[in-house]
Amino acid sequence: MWWRSPSFILDKQQSDTVPHQRNPPDTLPLPLPSQPPFSMADTLQNPSPENNISAYYQTRAAHHAVVTGDWLAQAQAAIGRDPDDSTDTTVATVAGKPFSVIDEFNSWRKQPELAEAVAAIRALAAVIRNCQATTMMELEIELKKASDSLKSGDTTSISLTAGCDLFMRYVTRTSALEYEDFDSAKSRLIERAEKFGEISCKARRIIAMLSQDFIFDGCTILVHGFSRVVFEVLKTAAQSKKLFRVFCTEGRPDRSGLRLSNELAKLDVPVKLLIDSAVAYTMDEVDMVFVGADGVVESGGIINMMGTFQIALVAHSMNKPVYVAAESYKFARLYPLDQKDMVPALCPIDFGVPIPSKVEVETSARDYTPPQYLTLLFTDLGVLTPSVVSDELIQLYL
Amino acid sequence: MDPRRAPRTVSDPKVRKVGFFTDPPDRSLPGPPDHPISSFPTSPPSTIDNSPPSAGNSLSPVMIPPPRHSSSILSPLRRDPAEFFPLPASPTASTSFSDDVASTMKGRGVAAASSSLPGGLFFYIAAIKSAASSVPASGLTTVSVVNNLPIEKGGGVAVEMQDDQSSRSKSLKEKTTKAERRALQEAQRAAKATAKAEDGKTPAAASGGAASVKSGKSVKPPPSQKNDSAALAALEKKAGDRPPEKDRKKEVPQPRMQFDDKSRVEKAKRRAVVKQTEARNRVELFRHLPQYERGTQRTELRSKFFELDPVHPAVYKVGLQYLYGDICGSNARCIAMLQAFQEAIKDYSTPSKKTLARDLTAKIGSYLSFLIECRPLSISMGNAIRFLKNRIAKLPLTLSELEAKATLRSDIDRFINEKIILADKVIVKHAVTKISDGDVLLTYGSPSAVEMVLLHAHELGKQFRVVVVDSRPKLEGQLLLHRLVGKGINCTYTHVNAISYIMHEVTRVFLGASSVLSNGTVYSKVGTACVAMVAHAFRVPVLVCCEAYKFHERVQLDSLCSNELGDPDVISKIHGREDINFLDGSTNSENLQLLNLIYDATPSDYISMIITDYGMVPPTSVPVIVRDYRREHLWI
Repeated sequence: MWWRSPSFILDKQQSDTVPHQRNPPDTLPLPLPSQPPFSMADTLQNPSPENNISAYYQTRAAHHAVVTGDWLAQAQAAIGRDPDDSTDTTVATVAGKPFSVIDEFNSWRKQPELAEAVAAIRALAAVIRNCQATTMMELEIELKKASDSLKSGDTTSISLTAGCDLFMRYVTRTSALEYEDFDSAKSRLIERAEKFGEISCKARRIIAMLSQDFIFDGCTILVHGFSRVVFEVLKTAAQSKKLFRVFCTEGRPDRSGLRLSNELAKLDVPVKLLIDSAVAYTMDEVDMVFVGADGVVESGGIINMMGTFQIALVAHSMNKPVYVAAESYKFARLYPLDQKDMVPALCPIDFGVPIPSKVEVETSARDYTPPQYLTLLFTDLGVLTPSVVSDELIQLYL
Repeated sequence: MDPRRAPRTVSDPKVRKVGFFTDPPDRSLPGPPDHPISSFPTSPPSTIDNSPPSAGNSLSPVMIPPPRHSSSILSPLRRDPAEFFPLPASPTASTSFSDDVASTMKGRGVAAASSSLPGGLFFYIAAIKSAASSVPASGLTTVSVVNNLPIEKGGGVAVEMQDDQSSRSKSLKEKTTKAERRALQEAQRAAKATAKAEDGKTPAAASGGAASVKSGKSVKPPPSQKNDSAALAALEKKAGDRPPEKDRKKEVPQPRMQFDDKSRVEKAKRRAVVKQTEARNRVELFRHLPQYERGTQRTELRSKFFELDPVHPAVYKVGLQYLYGDICGSNARCIAMLQAFQEAIKDYSTPSKKTLARDLTAKIGSYLSFLIECRPLSISMGNAIRFLKNRIAKLPLTLSELEAKATLRSDIDRFINEKIILADKVIVKHAVTKISDGDVLLTYGSPSAVEMVLLHAHELGKQFRVVVVDSRPKLEGQLLLHRLVGKGINCTYTHVNAISYIMHEVTRVFLGASSVLSNGTVYSKVGTACVAMVAHAFRVPVLVCCEAYKFHERVQLDSLCSNELGDPDVISKIHGREDINFLDGSTNSENLQLLNLIYDATPSDYISMIITDYGMVPPTSVPVIVRDYRREHLWI
């Protein structure tokens, strides 16, 4: 089962037409995107995604001028997600602040490859730098306020909250603070903050390197949604000349799977698109499932884009490994007991036809996958089993 | 998995028969005539016979007598003198080798007997430690020796089995004086130590792979005490790098008393303050647990009140309350005990020529043994006592007696406040977040932490319903029900029999725990496992509320090896229902064994979350908390 014969590679070598035949699906969403005005279509058609992403966020910021709900959640895991999902909560209170962590945060976030938690960490580091405080206590209070305002900007974003909390822990819990004078202590703090920002930045590379051992030639990988970490993993694998193929789910409602398939096709990775409901149908061909995570919770389970739980269940029942790629700043002190036991993150779903008002629509954007359905977590702390997550969290927070 | 399990289930009943309660014919039957000890003259050759095969790998099952034979367990020991000790120190130089063994064993037996029951093992562990070898096998053999002695010494049933041998050895024993025996024993121990130092892995190496398997087999099956102590010895060696020698001894959990070990029970009885009659018909599988006739205890205690001078009145009162069941619930028991100790410390004065630290520890030890006689300690109490003893040991010598006492009392206060009361508050704070409007919560028995959670959630105005599941004989749930209904919470009351019926409407199960063990097993009131399993089958999350001071580093897989037996009468009789008390006349019948277990162990698979003062953690994280915070518990 593991070392499936890589016949499809041979196929590919025989006829290089396969990737070309692949292309039509890429163009397939073209007629669709008319509905979400500035979403998938733009990203898909744009030759350079990098520029596009930032532009995308810029327009987004220009349109709303606030930190909106789901946008933050998407910034890290699914860039191409449906932008209309956010309940566009009027968090105008946050924008009203004079120095603004938020501005800083937003400016950091414009960097396309920067996860929002890292952006938040950078913004908080800037807070320390610009702080007028003269005592340690003042500085800490200010930092606390800044992180609170960042967090309140979006309560649904797990990684933002977790990143802020972790930063506070990491920066303020240094023994050097007690006996030094304020300036040196402050510079120590800044140093630590920078270091933490660096670590967070490198996380994705580390994860990509760690996961290479698990991708073998000839394997078939099922991917759900668009996660930058997973993409990095696949990209690294492709660059190191591994031969594998990828099944992308469509990733309704925001169709982020389309984006991933597009990106992968550019790297000449054989990729096949599935509709979300075809997961069980194709699972026997799949060797491993790779997913990202919005947040990793204390039980070792993950909160991720809707449909992850379903895929994990199918994979589990067919004895396929489910791997999660997640940076350690997504570790959150949450412990959902079941699917409803989470802060709801809603997104509107476009069904293509008008839905009668009497019909209720489930609009939840993510689900919780319990740890028993996950095989391993690739994090920058190493390759962990789900039960280690709690150990790490206890060590981080207690 | 299966191949491993099968032999265990087969050997288990046999294991229980190692206890000296079964009738002798049973055990002597499988004993082949070529039994090494069976006749004296053949004994030396048979020892030689015994050790070479164990050195070689060709051990046939025929050669090795089954583990229940005392001799087979002895064989490692018998080998020892043969190798290291060619009978020089023996006063009667002409005495044969087996005499040697017998006398050494006698000596050891005396040593084991003279030290108190848990200490008896430490004697040997100390010996092992001094040997500085790190072979678990050696630990096993040594320990097995200890456990065997009762057979030699305590005669009883064993005598019948090997009567001529023992009578001979007895007569031989009389020849050697006590001093000689001790000298012999000393010498032997030294020889053993040096031998071990020479080639670290002696026993294993000498006996080869098969032999080590054999010794493992011969030692493992006997009841958990051996396992415990063997594991303990191994643990002690492994932990070698960490704490200094002295601390190590304290850290190792003491082996529990096994009540199917007759000689030990006898010894314990001699020291006992309260005379207790043991119940006659006990269930085979639970013979290692103490069970007494309830009625006799009470009158005995009452009549002895004025004779019991070593026991402080406060401790005495708490002990009686335990005995009568007036205080139950592990938190309540722990707090009551600590407060009694506080009183006792207040009234304590160091006798002249003694130091406070030592004398007080001894004193508390004697109080403890009184409390244990009233009711076995719970794990939480054990942890609290560990804390207290640690505090006493760490008292600075410079403190005056008054100051020392004041420190101790405030330490106890702090323990109660921080580890129990505050911890409960934190637990409540966490648990309430898991209750949402419209929930149906199920609880079993009357766990104090869960009650606080429910009341607090009600105060916060959450709309929920509670199902209180209860079980005979204590019916503690009715108390909880009474209090909840009094607060205006909507409740349903049912017995555990209806659990599968009621479970489908439940959204959360909240349970209390007497202890959480480091493999995530929850040790709690009997019936908890059943509730958790049914909940798991219905996909209802099971939340366990437990303060972190109740966590224990022990690992337990079933609820057999450590448990508590309650009064069997309460399950055979129903108060006030004469018409259905069918068992009235037959409780003393030989064929009827009543089993009233107090605790059971819930495997961690059935538990979704443990709510503790360190937050909400999965059961897999219990060892992390135990590892990281045990020190903190002890020192706070």
